[in-house]
Amino acid sequence: MIVFVISRLLQAIPVLLAVGVVAFSMFTYVGDPVGAMLGQDYTEAQRDALVHKLGLDQPAWEQFLHYIWAALHGNFGYSYRVAEPVAHLFAVRLPATLELSFTASVLAVVVGIPLGVYAGIWRRSLLSRVFMVGSLIGVSLPTFLIGILLILVFSVELGWLPSFGRGHVVALGWWTTGFLTWSGLRSIILPAITLGLFQLTLIMRLVRAEMLEVLRTDYIKFARARGLRARSIHFGHALRNTLVPVITIIGLQLGGLIAYSVVTETVFQWPGMGLLFIQSVAAADIPVMAAYLLLVGVVFVVINLIVDLLYYAVDPRLRIGRGGRGR
Amino acid sequence: MSAPLLEVRGLTVEFPTRRGILRALDGVSFAIAPGEVLGVVGESGAGKSLTGAAIIGLLAPPGRIAGGSILLDGARIDHLPAEAMRRIRGRRIGAIFQDPLTTLNPLYTIGRQLIETIQTHLGLSGADARARAVHWLEEVGIPAAARRIDAYPHEFSGGQRQRVVIALALCAEPRLVIADEPTTALDVSIQAQIIALLKRLAREHTTAVMLITHDMGVIAETADRVAVMYAGRIAEIGPVADVVRAPAHPYTAGLMASIPALEHRVARLAQIEGAMPRLDAIPPGCAFNPRCPRAHDRCRAERPELMGAGATEAACWLHAPAHAESSPAHA
Repeated sequence: MIVFVISRLLQAIPVLLAVGVVAFSMFTYVGDPVGAMLGQDYTEAQRDALVHKLGLDQPAWEQFLHYIWAALHGNFGYSYRVAEPVAHLFAVRLPATLELSFTASVLAVVVGIPLGVYAGIWRRSLLSRVFMVGSLIGVSLPTFLIGILLILVFSVELGWLPSFGRGHVVALGWWTTGFLTWSGLRSIILPAITLGLFQLTLIMRLVRAEMLEVLRTDYIKFARARGLRARSIHFGHALRNTLVPVITIIGLQLGGLIAYSVVTETVFQWPGMGLLFIQSVAAADIPVMAAYLLLVGVVFVVINLIVDLLYYAVDPRLRIGRGGRGR
Repeated sequence: MSAPLLEVRGLTVEFPTRRGILRALDGVSFAIAPGEVLGVVGESGAGKSLTGAAIIGLLAPPGRIAGGSILLDGARIDHLPAEAMRRIRGRRIGAIFQDPLTTLNPLYTIGRQLIETIQTHLGLSGADARARAVHWLEEVGIPAAARRIDAYPHEFSGGQRQRVVIALALCAEPRLVIADEPTTALDVSIQAQIIALLKRLAREHTTAVMLITHDMGVIAETADRVAVMYAGRIAEIGPVADVVRAPAHPYTAGLMASIPALEHRVARLAQIEGAMPRLDAIPPGCAFNPRCPRAHDRCRAERPELMGAGATEAACWLHAPAHAESSPAHA
């Protein structure tokens, strides 16, 4: 088990290095930060001095090593746009995004799996058909439209929920949380639904399809033939056999939620990573964009590792002969 | 014969389709006595497995029982509410399926699957259920059962898995087991062991067995009686020795003739000409008449029911009293 974790971590190193190369190359090929920092009027000497100060006259590989070395120490340079350390910008924004992604994925899993199980077991029932048609809407409506529609209905027309921001947040050390205040909880509802709706429908449709598949298998027929209770057959035997593909998709989607909450955060002016990213793109703020890329890389590597560990927990067949402590 | 354990009367199973209703079983009647082994043979699609599925109430939708009745210990069990039928499955009628590689849930230990089955039906405590599970694993010949009970299905060979499946089917001590091709997916060398095991357990626990197979050899050495099915009907039923030695139905005779005999070297294996009709194209009269070497006018017009034919019963006009008197040339 430990051997497996370590080997997976070692495998992650080349992946992250590759992401680092792409992130680093943005400095060279996207925009001209020196020109942007110097402004309209500058002499050649001023320019050379700045280039030297920033280390841009060194060979590319040396600059790359410097970049990676600094990144490993949590130093991603300064934002061109707001002249603050990127690490500090991230530390402020990350909790907002993580809380939003977490809430959205919990919503997607907690609602999506039961609906999928129901639609898989009673696939001819009226309610299942309603779910399936409804899920088509969730899959096909673009996120920004869902967000705007929710704002229109619940904020503008009904006035029940706030339309933007995180509400009041409470600082716990460097982490700020909106979970502890009433306005914070109210604020997260609409963005979380907006962000999670697509994943919810995806998980529901996937679970339904997998359930239909599993319910046809011989071991489910045999479980029925042994007179086991329906609840045990559906949740104990069938659902667990659908979990390996479902976990894969949930993991990838969760990474996507964290990485690509750009649209939702923009619509709701949610002060998170996505909003920071889109503002940075507009200002060609390369250090922020590069660091964001690295962060997304790390997020996916970590999630993939967790997904692999969950496979182990779910499917005993994978525990044999791969360094695990299977029986 | 004592009072039958299972009695099937005129069982008819239909599948509604877009092109009309397909009748997959048409008036199937037979009985199984306590402790008796009834073999059911026939080609693929003859309705053998469907008969088994109908008895345990697990017809795949949209299939449905359209007529007839099924009696267990004299009480009807067709059209029971789902929950009542669930209590019968596993407890009073067990089932064994064809492929042991796919009939066990791969994610749970065999012990968990056994204990769950035992507790569902017998309401034993965890420790008692586990002891019973170990006992049944020993019964079916799993070595080191107390240790192996915590192993997963993939840690067993195919033959051992079928032993586990048999333990699962019998662990709540049903008085009838429906074994649907229990050896078809196994190596030939293992088949004999599994059949011997099934035979021994059935005898020791006086469990009746409905043994569905297309292997006449298995039937001949295991069954007390045999039912031959053709196109959703029973063509012939009787004591196995009589059916094998003196088949009364031309289809049974053809089946027997197509078993290759080891002592003679033949240039070409014997076979019955033609193929079994599709369900939507069953000919009027006797379903076998287009392939039957002894068909006559009545076979094409009128459907034969099972009638006495020596030691067995056959659904064949050759054995109608009138026919036997009027045209002995055919016999």
